[in-house]
Amino acid sequence: MKFAHSPLLSQLVPAWRGRFVLLLLLMGFVGLMARSVYLQAVNHDFLQQKGELRYSRVIDLSATRGRIVDRNGDVLAMSTEVKSVWAIPDDARLSPAQGRALAQLLEMDVRDLNQRLALDKDFVFIKRQIPPDVAQRVAALNLPGIHQQREYRRYYPSGDVASHVLGFTGVEDAGQEGVELAFESALAGKAGSRRVIKDRLGRVVEDVESIKQPQDGRDVVVSLDSRVQFLAFAALKQAVADHRAKAGGIVVLDAKSGEILALVNLPSYNPNNRVKLSGAQLRNRALTDTFEPGSTLKPFTAALALEQGKFRPDTLIQTAPGRLTIGRATISDAHAHGALTLAQVIQKSSNVGAAKVAATLAPRDMWQMFDAVGFGTAPGLGFPGEAGGRLRPYRTWRPIEQATMAYGHGISVSLMQLAHAYTAFARDGDLIPLSLTRREVPALGGRQVFSPRTAREVRAMLEMAVQPGGTAPKAQIAGYRVAGKTGTAHKLEGGLYAQKYVASFVGFAPVSDPRLVVAVMIDEPSAGKYYGGEVAAPVFAPVMAGALRALGVQPDAPLKPLQMANLPEVREGL
Amino acid sequence: MARLNAILILLTLACAIGVVAAQHQARKLYNELEREQERMRQLELEWGQLQLEASTWAAHARVEKVARGQLRMVPP
Repeated sequence: MKFAHSPLLSQLVPAWRGRFVLLLLLMGFVGLMARSVYLQAVNHDFLQQKGELRYSRVIDLSATRGRIVDRNGDVLAMSTEVKSVWAIPDDARLSPAQGRALAQLLEMDVRDLNQRLALDKDFVFIKRQIPPDVAQRVAALNLPGIHQQREYRRYYPSGDVASHVLGFTGVEDAGQEGVELAFESALAGKAGSRRVIKDRLGRVVEDVESIKQPQDGRDVVVSLDSRVQFLAFAALKQAVADHRAKAGGIVVLDAKSGEILALVNLPSYNPNNRVKLSGAQLRNRALTDTFEPGSTLKPFTAALALEQGKFRPDTLIQTAPGRLTIGRATISDAHAHGALTLAQVIQKSSNVGAAKVAATLAPRDMWQMFDAVGFGTAPGLGFPGEAGGRLRPYRTWRPIEQATMAYGHGISVSLMQLAHAYTAFARDGDLIPLSLTRREVPALGGRQVFSPRTAREVRAMLEMAVQPGGTAPKAQIAGYRVAGKTGTAHKLEGGLYAQKYVASFVGFAPVSDPRLVVAVMIDEPSAGKYYGGEVAAPVFAPVMAGALRALGVQPDAPLKPLQMANLPEVREGL
Repeated sequence: MARLNAILILLTLACAIGVVAAQHQARKLYNELEREQERMRQLELEWGQLQLEASTWAAHARVEKVARGQLRMVPP
């Protein structure tokens, strides 16, 4: 039956029903039109933004971190590009074979990989900072959902030689220790960004605007000299092994400019491979650890006595019978010397002599002198964790304490402070601030601590200490005149002095025009010998000799055979 | 009059095609510029890596080891 003759058509439907449906449809269309007018005319930003998202992107421009370079231009720390592999777990559906291949390339456990891909996140790191050749092979696998991101990794060519000074950076390329942390604001770059238009294939076709230019980090020129640093490290390593010591440190300063040419500590670590680090390895002992210096402080007592005019270098001091009792405590020497001149007190390192000299000095003057040479205050290098040591206020000093401070007990300093203080003798009695960065202009803010004449007299006394007849003949160097002082200090353990020692030696050369100050500290030598003259002075000699030669300093002594063996043993008091 | 219209229409068409061609050329050149800049970045990266390699080969510890061990040198 044809449609025109269908019985349904003969039924009468009320006219309003048809018109009602028509009205509803019309209203629907009007609504759509209104919405369309609204979106396109009134509030067009929304659609425009959505459209722009299809072709416009903001790209981050990463900035490189500055290098750390030594004073001669050798690279000590440098960032290089590496890739990090990340994945979108939803997209990354890997077959077991693919998973195994990826895990093998990345040297990961397959289970760990699958665990990461099973996480319910949009972005998961598979492995960070893989070398570029491995990254290329991973990219060649062309796995779905696995992407790579550009990151930077820091490398330290010098390894464990300069690790304490340089420090290291974390994964986010921010400094965590050492110079990396201290100079973070200079080293870190500032990332930039630009807005571009991308075509269908993802290639950039137009630069719309450059929002921010990236700023690469600045290079930091450190005052270290790699040659001297390595020399010091090798010598220290040998000494610590030979004497089976717990730790050691060497500081080399340029007395003329106040720059730190070398700073070595043992035990050390390799910053390129920080997998298993112990706290002991990380300690920058020369800067952060303090110890009671022992006899290396005697020259300061003598200098103050000379400065005040109470003593001359040839003033006789009676040290017999080699013991001195103050209150309930007794100060003793290793050998009983008789009457000694002030110069001989330093040369033979007599505790009794030093205590008797200190008894003539006012506590306030002694305190002011120690404060002036930098004890009790941090060196102010900007290095994280610098120690200031301990110098107790002079009002609390009892006579026995003043006496012990004359020969370096009852006061604690760091190796850096000790070396810094000795620059006063290496110079004309003035102290200039130290610097970890290469100094282009002479230092400002020097402080006169002793008169030039006192400094000269103390230099002569210290030179005697290194000759046969002194405590440190092993510190002699062929071709250069050397001056210095040994120190052998008991270590404090639980408030009592134990049978453990810190052997130290601080010296400078050449005496005619001192250029370098070298301070050596060996902590707990336990192979029999523990005196500074036997443990620390033999380390000083090769370091100083090599450093002077490396810097091309002119020899000031005729080359003659040095007498180092078969000498009568002169030991300092402890 | 009709001929004038035709000529003008043809001119407009030519201009339009010219715009498209110019834009296409601009994009091609820009693409090439991007590629060269990427190459520059790669070369800078390679320079940095080589510098790092050079300082690792020239590290004092290694030089001393080779000098003493392989070359049997001694200080004068």
